[in-house]
Amino acid sequence: MSVIFLLIAVSTVVALFFLAAFVRAVKSGQFDDDRSPAVRMLNEDSPRQNQTP
Amino acid sequence: MTERFQYDNRIVKNFLFATILWGVVGMLVGLIIAVQMVAQNTPPDAWYFWIVRPFTWLGELEWTKFGRMRPLHTNAVIFAFVGNAIFAGVYYSLQRLLKTRMFSDALGKIHFWGWQLIIVLAAVTLPLGMTSGKEYAELEWPIDILITLVWVVFGINLFGTIIKRRERHLYVAIWFYIATWVTVAMLHIVNSIELPISLTKSYSWYAGVQDALVQWWYGHNAVAFFLTTPFLGLMYYFMPKAANRPVYSYKLSIIHFWALIFLYIWAGPHHLLYSALPDWAQSLGTVFSIMLIAPSWGGMLNGLLTLRGAWDRVREDPVLKFMVVAVTCYGMATLEGPLLSLKSWNAMAHFTDWIIAHVHIGGIGWNGMLTFGVVYWMVPRLYGTKLYSTKLANTHFWLGTLGIVFYAIPLYLAGFWQSGMWKQFTPDGYLVYKNFLDTVMEIKPAYWLRALGGLLYLSGAFIMVYNVMKTVKAGKLIADEEAEAPALEKAAAEEEGGHWHRWIERRPIQMLVGSLVVVAIGGLFELVPTFLVKSNIPTITSVKPYTPLELQGRDIYVREGCYTCHSQMIRPFRSETERYGEYAKAGEFVYDHPFQWGSKRTGPDLLRQGGKYGHSWHYYHMYDPTSMSPGSLMPPYTHLYEHDLDTTTTKKKIEAMITMGVPYDPGFPDRANAHLVQQRDEIVAGLKKDNIDAPADKEIIALIAYLQRLGTDIQAKEITGR
Repeated sequence: MSVIFLLIAVSTVVALFFLAAFVRAVKSGQFDDDRSPAVRMLNEDSPRQNQTP
Repeated sequence: MTERFQYDNRIVKNFLFATILWGVVGMLVGLIIAVQMVAQNTPPDAWYFWIVRPFTWLGELEWTKFGRMRPLHTNAVIFAFVGNAIFAGVYYSLQRLLKTRMFSDALGKIHFWGWQLIIVLAAVTLPLGMTSGKEYAELEWPIDILITLVWVVFGINLFGTIIKRRERHLYVAIWFYIATWVTVAMLHIVNSIELPISLTKSYSWYAGVQDALVQWWYGHNAVAFFLTTPFLGLMYYFMPKAANRPVYSYKLSIIHFWALIFLYIWAGPHHLLYSALPDWAQSLGTVFSIMLIAPSWGGMLNGLLTLRGAWDRVREDPVLKFMVVAVTCYGMATLEGPLLSLKSWNAMAHFTDWIIAHVHIGGIGWNGMLTFGVVYWMVPRLYGTKLYSTKLANTHFWLGTLGIVFYAIPLYLAGFWQSGMWKQFTPDGYLVYKNFLDTVMEIKPAYWLRALGGLLYLSGAFIMVYNVMKTVKAGKLIADEEAEAPALEKAAAEEEGGHWHRWIERRPIQMLVGSLVVVAIGGLFELVPTFLVKSNIPTITSVKPYTPLELQGRDIYVREGCYTCHSQMIRPFRSETERYGEYAKAGEFVYDHPFQWGSKRTGPDLLRQGGKYGHSWHYYHMYDPTSMSPGSLMPPYTHLYEHDLDTTTTKKKIEAMITMGVPYDPGFPDRANAHLVQQRDEIVAGLKKDNIDAPADKEIIALIAYLQRLGTDIQAKEITGR
């Protein structure tokens, strides 16, 4: 059963990695705006024809 | 400052076509084994004999029997079909979400061809019987290494693209992709630690209960992080795109993501309820499984509510239809999963066809239908044209949906029904269905209906192939799609920081902690193997290592994939101890590399098989199962009577076992073959008494030795000798 310590350790390392990622994401303002990203992803970025040089 | 750049559509197209190709192949293999499972020993006078003959003929060949084809089916649909679909979706959406081309075209190509090479190698090695014998991780060690390398290439391309992005915000789909990459890398490496003895054969480093725990930690999380998180990412991108409206709640999607990844990883032990795994670990798995309902249903509702006010479009657009069914199946499967991890529920459903129905709601419902939706959405866009036929796509949709219904419902019933028969006692306390085969006969109609469901589903996929081919012909691939986006202005932190490493260099404490973590991980991987070997000291003194002949026989058992139909795990229920014998103890499996508990009983449990029947019974039965069990669905194993047992490997195998801590005498490897010959001659002599002239050097003798050994170490005479 000792392998469970390996699994718990490995899982915890991954969980801590995600926790760090979460904290960093919150601090860097990733989740400040919880409205516009959902709308922005709908826009296509094809170049507008009239702007073509 | 607006920048102009191009999206790489060629790599997306490659992955998309690979998805379609391997999808059809994987489903076809599934259909073949579904028919084999019910029709294998059809007598020549049955009216349908010639209809099923192609399938049963394959079942008689060495390479295409159920036991070898089932791993091929699962690997093909999971890693080839779903895998390529993930990559196609990620390469398409990541570029557009981050407003940049992929990090490297060359890495993309290496990723694509590397992954296809892995699939081809799997398709060759699995039918040849090269398998590690662990479910969903059957591929042998050289392919495991290749998978790791290709995964790293994918990772560099993924994170490289994130670094060079033009959009500061990471849309929620990208978080799902990141979690997928990180976790799958970890799972694959930990579960694949094995000791090679040749290019095509290795032993799992873990033994018995340990191996089981690692395997289902992997197996469960493969479902979580290969079949679920990447597809949720795809759902969050393609569903709003297809409906042309934002996701119902972006906030909910973020909560969905973080809750899901923190909970999922702890639920693995629910695959081992009532097994020889310690109780506390089982309960831990159950608790986390129940908690998982919340994020899973949050995600499902978020997907479905995205269509609020747009349901009229669902009626017209096949893409949305596929997605609605997919997300509904996701919800059904993720409610059912936690319920199945309740002990009382699990006691009934485990080892039955119920589980097969459950995974196909996830597989052909969630993964399959979402993939089809994405294909129909993407192909016209990649080729700058319209879908060739909406009508055919609708036909595909209905065939697919009916296929799911015909597949799942009969198997739900079959599982419930057969489990009831296994557990039924007469008023005097005897088993009503003493013969396991009788319970199989009762559910045969369900197996036929399931094959019909598979046929419907597969025909839908063929219609898609035609539709896609016609669409592709009508259009022209937009290999490099023009796009423009403003450059990303440097964030304040970045301007002052410069190179990322400067940041950590200025913080000695963080640097110290960081290095400690890295070193600890390294140390863990060095220490754990030896530590595991020491913990394998048997706690039951009567449990002895396998003899060389038994070990060779066990490797044949693994090679033939016997575990795909037979368990070696008697649960502590009266209905099981009465039928099979004394329940399984953790200490019995300490020499099992890999463990062979299995997860499905199409045939009876074999843990206490040793000594139940004579050698001659096995000799006749393996050659023609119907000779001993009329009506049996098991294929004949005639090739074991033709192939010589390869004794050149015996020494190496024993030495490998010693390395992993199995207590053979130091000089034993050199004497191993002499011991093997002696035991073999005993079995041949035993067969002679029953007037069987058995050739001593064939593989069947080794297999008989193993089967006769199974579970005899702690046979509880007072129970089985009733």
